[in-house]
Amino acid sequence: MSTALLPVAAISGDAIRSGLAPLCAALGPADSTLERFPLLLRDLATGWLPEPWRWIVNSLLAIVVVFVAFALLFALLTLAERKLVARVQNRPGPNRTGIPLTQIRLGGLGQPFADGIKMLTKEDLVPRDADRVLHFLAPVALLAFSILAFAVIPYGRHLVPVELDAAVLYFFAAGAATELAVFMAGWASRNKYSLLAAMRALAQLISYELPLLLSVVPVVLVAGTLSTTGIVERQGAWHFGFLPAWHVFTPWGFAGFLLFFVAALAEANRSPFDLPEAESELIAGHLTEYSGFKYALFFMAEYFGMCALSGMAVTLFLGGWQAPLPFLEFLPSYGWFALKLLALLAGFMWIRATFPRLRIDQLTRLAWKFLVPLALINLGTAAFWSLTAHWTGPLQLLRWAVALTLVIGPFVGLGRRLSAGTAPRTYRYA
Amino acid sequence: MIVAFATIALFTLAAAAVAMTLRNLIHSALLLIGSWLGIAAFYLWAGAEFVAFAQVLIYVGAVSMVVLFAVLLTRHSRADLSVAPDAARRVIPALLAGGAVLGVLFGGVLSTPLRVATPGAPAFGVRELGRLLMGPHAAALLILGALLTVALLGAMVIAAPSRREDGSNSPDPS
Repeated sequence: MSTALLPVAAISGDAIRSGLAPLCAALGPADSTLERFPLLLRDLATGWLPEPWRWIVNSLLAIVVVFVAFALLFALLTLAERKLVARVQNRPGPNRTGIPLTQIRLGGLGQPFADGIKMLTKEDLVPRDADRVLHFLAPVALLAFSILAFAVIPYGRHLVPVELDAAVLYFFAAGAATELAVFMAGWASRNKYSLLAAMRALAQLISYELPLLLSVVPVVLVAGTLSTTGIVERQGAWHFGFLPAWHVFTPWGFAGFLLFFVAALAEANRSPFDLPEAESELIAGHLTEYSGFKYALFFMAEYFGMCALSGMAVTLFLGGWQAPLPFLEFLPSYGWFALKLLALLAGFMWIRATFPRLRIDQLTRLAWKFLVPLALINLGTAAFWSLTAHWTGPLQLLRWAVALTLVIGPFVGLGRRLSAGTAPRTYRYA
Repeated sequence: MIVAFATIALFTLAAAAVAMTLRNLIHSALLLIGSWLGIAAFYLWAGAEFVAFAQVLIYVGAVSMVVLFAVLLTRHSRADLSVAPDAARRVIPALLAGGAVLGVLFGGVLSTPLRVATPGAPAFGVRELGRLLMGPHAAALLILGALLTVALLGAMVIAAPSRREDGSNSPDPS
């Protein structure tokens, strides 16, 4: 990473000194050396291979890089999450583990690696009556399917591991199998609590899959394509020279992004929707009978799912790898993608630190009575938006007004109706 | 290519065959899901990406849940989960029903004139598929949608009284 950052400084300095625009225009941000840096590195590594082999080795290399990058990100995210939650709760968080056999602590940077070694050396317990094969297969299947989702996310202008015509569909098809793994884990454990928790988790995952998919449909409708690279390229312009044409800056896109984000929180088992493994009430649900590295695999899959959904949210609504402003294009596209991804992940953590967990009835009510109707109305808003794309002048104002009304009206109305009788809440024992 | 096809076909058929012989309903259901995955792999092999992903999304993601929920909600204990071996007397109706479905499908496949795609034919994109579904085949799509809705409502009607039985703790398994 440090080698990649040095040219950034050099190029940015040059760009500012030479008056910014000519350089970008001459070189074109799409084809600068920095932009192609990962590709050049790859060609350097595999260029000497004969032609038929190069393709296979390139693909394998892409898989390894994506896997290693996200595994490292997982390790650092666990630490970042603990640190951030600790910060919110006014305590230091993990700060002891540094380099072993020395006094160097690095603010607890060694914690995830120590945790990894601990998980590897723990005893792997399988209950006597458990269904051994399924008990083993559940974490494996979960991790395998959550890694599959990374294949279609465009990490940069030239960096998409697999370019598919139906990439968005592929992403959600890969995600759909996680429910199966949760069921397998709960059922194979032969534990009543595990099974009950697994059924509850399934109810949650199925309920939130609907708003998740319905909030994606407007993007596909407006972009006119299911390919992730195509969707990102559609968001690559600026209105009035400064407002990016990202989907989140349209009324339907803003509503869609929020719906997607809430549904993604639930799909990734994140707080406040972390009912499947609610530690305090369900003794970790379907994870009760798992220990050692299998337990770690479940958490790895959870973080992978969170990263994949965040990457998809960035791709669909936040302009993917596009820079927010024209003069910020000196930072390569993959840099912008990483920044947006990390910002979203920080949002996930912030929410975990500040929101109390929902009850299961509140959870399903929120999905079916609030998110699903809003997502359906949002589909109509997006249809109106794409039908009125040619309106100009004062009609443009009318277009914004109608779309905003279609977004805010149902939100306020449904919210009022849903919370009628339950709010304002009285805290009797608090 | 033919090796890949044979592997996929063998996997799909083997999963389905083993699913029929197993006594444990959950294992059977999971193997059935495995054979659905095999069918999705077959679609991928044939170059129908969209259909393959839709197959995974709908069958592995949604229909599998319906099957598993149905198994778990209609069985009252773990002992109930294994199918009794006295199912032998149900062989004749099963063979009749299976044979009828096979006959209808075979007749349908054999009587349809299938055009063999020329090697250089352009790939069939999602956009063309969507236009076909919303254009010439819109009626079929609507009828299928109505059919599925009716089936869902029917399932609810069938499931509703059994829930009342559960509430009154009746020992009769439905």
